[in-house]
Amino acid sequence: MLDLTYDTPKPKVIAGAKHDWELVIGMEVHAQVASQAKLFSGASTKFGAEPNSNVSFVDAAMPGMLPVINEYCIEQAVRTGLGLKAEINLTSAFDRKNYFYPDLPQGYQISQLYHPLVGEGEIIVDMEPGIARKVRIERIHVEQDAGKSIHDMDPHMSFVDLNRTGVALMEIVSRPDIRGPEEAAAYIAKLRQILRYLGTCDGNMQNGNLRADVNVSICRPGQYEKYMETQDFSHLGTRCEIKNMNSMRFIQMAIEYEARRQIQIVEGGGKVDQETRLYDPDKNETRSMRSKEEAHDYRYFPCPDLLPLEIEQAWVDDIAASLPELPDEKKARFVKDFGLSEYDANVLTAEVVNAAYFEQVVTQADDGKLSANWVINELFGRLKKDDCDITDSPVSPAQLAGIIKLIKADTISGKMAKDLFEIVYTEGGNPEEIAEARGMKQVTDTGAIETAVDEIIAANPAQVEKAKQNPKLAGWFVGQVMKATGGKANPKAVNDIVAAKLGL
Amino acid sequence: MMSDLTKLKISEARDALRKGDVTSVELTEACLDAIAGAKALNAFVHDTPEIAREMAKAADARIKAGDAPSLCGIPLGIKDLFCTKGVASQAASNILGGFKPEYESTVTTQMFNDGAVMLGKLNMDEFAMGSSNETSAYGNAVNPWRRGNDDAALTPGGSSGGSAAAVAADLCLGATGTDTGGSIRQPAAFTGITGIKPTYGRCSRWGIIAFASSLDQAGPMTKDVRDAAIMLQSMCGHDPKDSTSADLVVPDFEAMLTGDIRGKTIGIPKEYHMDGMPEEIEALWAEGRKMLQDAGAKIVDISLPHTKYALPAYYVIAPAEASSNLARYDGVRYGHRAKLGQGDGITEMYEKTRAEGFGPEVQRRIMIGTYVLSAGFYDAYYNRARKVRTLIKKDFEDVFAAGVDAILTPATPSAAFGLGEMKDADPVKMYLNDVFTVTVNLAGLPGIAIPTGLDKQGLPLGLQLIGRPWEEGDLLNTAYALEQSAGFVSKPAKWW
Repeated sequence: MLDLTYDTPKPKVIAGAKHDWELVIGMEVHAQVASQAKLFSGASTKFGAEPNSNVSFVDAAMPGMLPVINEYCIEQAVRTGLGLKAEINLTSAFDRKNYFYPDLPQGYQISQLYHPLVGEGEIIVDMEPGIARKVRIERIHVEQDAGKSIHDMDPHMSFVDLNRTGVALMEIVSRPDIRGPEEAAAYIAKLRQILRYLGTCDGNMQNGNLRADVNVSICRPGQYEKYMETQDFSHLGTRCEIKNMNSMRFIQMAIEYEARRQIQIVEGGGKVDQETRLYDPDKNETRSMRSKEEAHDYRYFPCPDLLPLEIEQAWVDDIAASLPELPDEKKARFVKDFGLSEYDANVLTAEVVNAAYFEQVVTQADDGKLSANWVINELFGRLKKDDCDITDSPVSPAQLAGIIKLIKADTISGKMAKDLFEIVYTEGGNPEEIAEARGMKQVTDTGAIETAVDEIIAANPAQVEKAKQNPKLAGWFVGQVMKATGGKANPKAVNDIVAAKLGL
Repeated sequence: MMSDLTKLKISEARDALRKGDVTSVELTEACLDAIAGAKALNAFVHDTPEIAREMAKAADARIKAGDAPSLCGIPLGIKDLFCTKGVASQAASNILGGFKPEYESTVTTQMFNDGAVMLGKLNMDEFAMGSSNETSAYGNAVNPWRRGNDDAALTPGGSSGGSAAAVAADLCLGATGTDTGGSIRQPAAFTGITGIKPTYGRCSRWGIIAFASSLDQAGPMTKDVRDAAIMLQSMCGHDPKDSTSADLVVPDFEAMLTGDIRGKTIGIPKEYHMDGMPEEIEALWAEGRKMLQDAGAKIVDISLPHTKYALPAYYVIAPAEASSNLARYDGVRYGHRAKLGQGDGITEMYEKTRAEGFGPEVQRRIMIGTYVLSAGFYDAYYNRARKVRTLIKKDFEDVFAAGVDAILTPATPSAAFGLGEMKDADPVKMYLNDVFTVTVNLAGLPGIAIPTGLDKQGLPLGLQLIGRPWEEGDLLNTAYALEQSAGFVSKPAKWW
């Protein structure tokens, strides 16, 4: 496996009235498993269906109904674990988390408290080229989602939509290794990228398919290092949990606000209470949802309807063998094999479809840097202008590679190439044929260029004298030649010949 | 037409049906008449005569066509805990008032596929929580047996008391029961019938309203061991809809009833001699021991050292699971919902609905279960009870490993008691009814109660045989041998 080496980013420091403070952040990300059917019932997981149409007797918790594990959801969670380089527990078990709410028909959520399916793993969170944070993953467990309560449709009643009830979630729990709001957003982005590469979650935050509970605490510089050495949380401040965030921008704003709130409390001689808080984006503040004393007692206990989940190593090995190349490896390979900068490699591997497009271009064009420039600058720019997805790109990888090959072979100039790209983009067609048919090819025939140069020298004796005094004026002759050849002359050849003829 | 059709055993009725001596319609009508005449027993709480007649007609057609499984055309009663499609299924609780499921439990589906006829739904303790049928929202069923000439009403036991009363009074040929801590075996013993709780995982729990999921098992309640074998055959088998159901081949139980138990080893556990146990029960147990010995079995004294912890462990685990299982009855989607006052919110809706819908015993167990699972008490109660459960299971594994084939114990610590007699007693006294039966549920083993004698007052008494896991066939055969020796043929005198 290829690896890039990284330096650790500096933690975010906030200056309080009295001291500097550092941030310590841990995340619990709920990722909806990409699957056709729910975790314990055969009902569909399709988003946007009529309310209460994707509901089985099991989801509605009718009397006598029993859960049966959907094997594909487990496979997806195992795949996710492997993608995060995590331990897979061959024996895990489901527990019931008991609480009352109308969108929780059973009165309990089936989850995994005591024996999660996936153990410790890690995510490399890229901050900028050469700088990344390694965030440890504590565990991933599989659980059911709740339904949706709707309180604003009727003045007297609340409505419940059970379509989401029982959909499989992966709760991905990190260690408190994230050290600032930007890192938190980058963590979510990287996790989302990996999940999308794996095909285990579509990462759609708007639909709530990826949402995070963010634990924030503050500490004085140096304390975090003591925690890392000992894993003793007493070196860190009391944490508050900000619930149910599904926007990267709001996550950053909430963390920033929450850290400053805690600093103010501590510097004012107060104590931060461990509690659950909600972020209000309208007011940009976090508010207490419930304190530790009011915290639910979930009365977790092993779910007696399900036997412990036993999976076989061979099955895990099969899943591992079918794992796609993941972002870190792909990026490292792009840097190594195609000579890309880490920045370009980052951009190109952000989405697996982009990376795939690029690879098709580069293997045909056989020039990494040129291919990267053209994909990132010309193609992405043009697609963005049209709000078009790469999967719907009017220019195929073969067409783009064709253009790049013409540039590489000096057959067309860079400027002409841009015109050619626009023609291919809007009209389609074979780039080489278009360049030929529309006379876009460069003149590389030195004889023809020499003739043109000779004619211009002969017609402009005064300019020749000036240029001999001041070689910088040779550029004027180059410009004249280009004009005379309709821009098709190879600029390098023109330069060389002009210089030679003028005796510079 | 044969006389006294309702008195037939399942095996007799099967043979008569196949020979054409009787039709299922005739059998069914006889049972429906008997049910109509036995309202005083309050055994059937939802009668389904139209469904019964339809099913009987269909069964007769099948029998005529020569396609007749053993249960084909046999009229049965179904415990109210089983969800039966389109038919009230309320677990004898007000909270499920008016609830008619859109689905049929796996166990009843299998029996109906075999041609069984459903006469109606049978009374029980609310959510199967009780040992006397007195927690039923329908009012208790009454035991057809009485003490001598005393007409005091006696309990049929619980929770499957309606099933027991119906079978004992010949209202149906057999009935389904469920057993979480003794709910098949105790009422069977109180009413002089046979009841088997199979190995946990033998019968699918899908569609049976849950009490304590790790303990609940369905089983037959019948007039003799052969009938139990026939009915169990139809009820059990692997069901992919129940993750705890065992994917094992089901042997032909009836074919295993040879009565030959020569060379079998029967264990007598010393811990089942309880202080204050009536002498008659001791005597009955000693008699059972002798009968099995005379039938050629080897009798050994054994020890199941953790027995005394079983009842407390059971009364932690079962309520814990129940407190969670019953959380779904919240008035939101089905069943009872309390009338709300101005300004009442969701919390008031839960509180009022559940206070109105659940009876006192169910509420007690929900509170116990909630308590033992709560933070700070979980380890002291629930976790400790789970450890005890493991030890109890190991007690049995050890004696089975030492060569014991079955264990003989009393089924109950007393004969049927009077209804209302325990009204003011400490609830724990009622829980003591389960003292001989809960170990079997905690260990997941098969257990069968069979009537072996009458007490001085003329009430039936039963013995329990406990078998190795998945060896119901062998257990039934041992029970069959004991049944042959005991020759119990008494019936309650009809007073209703």
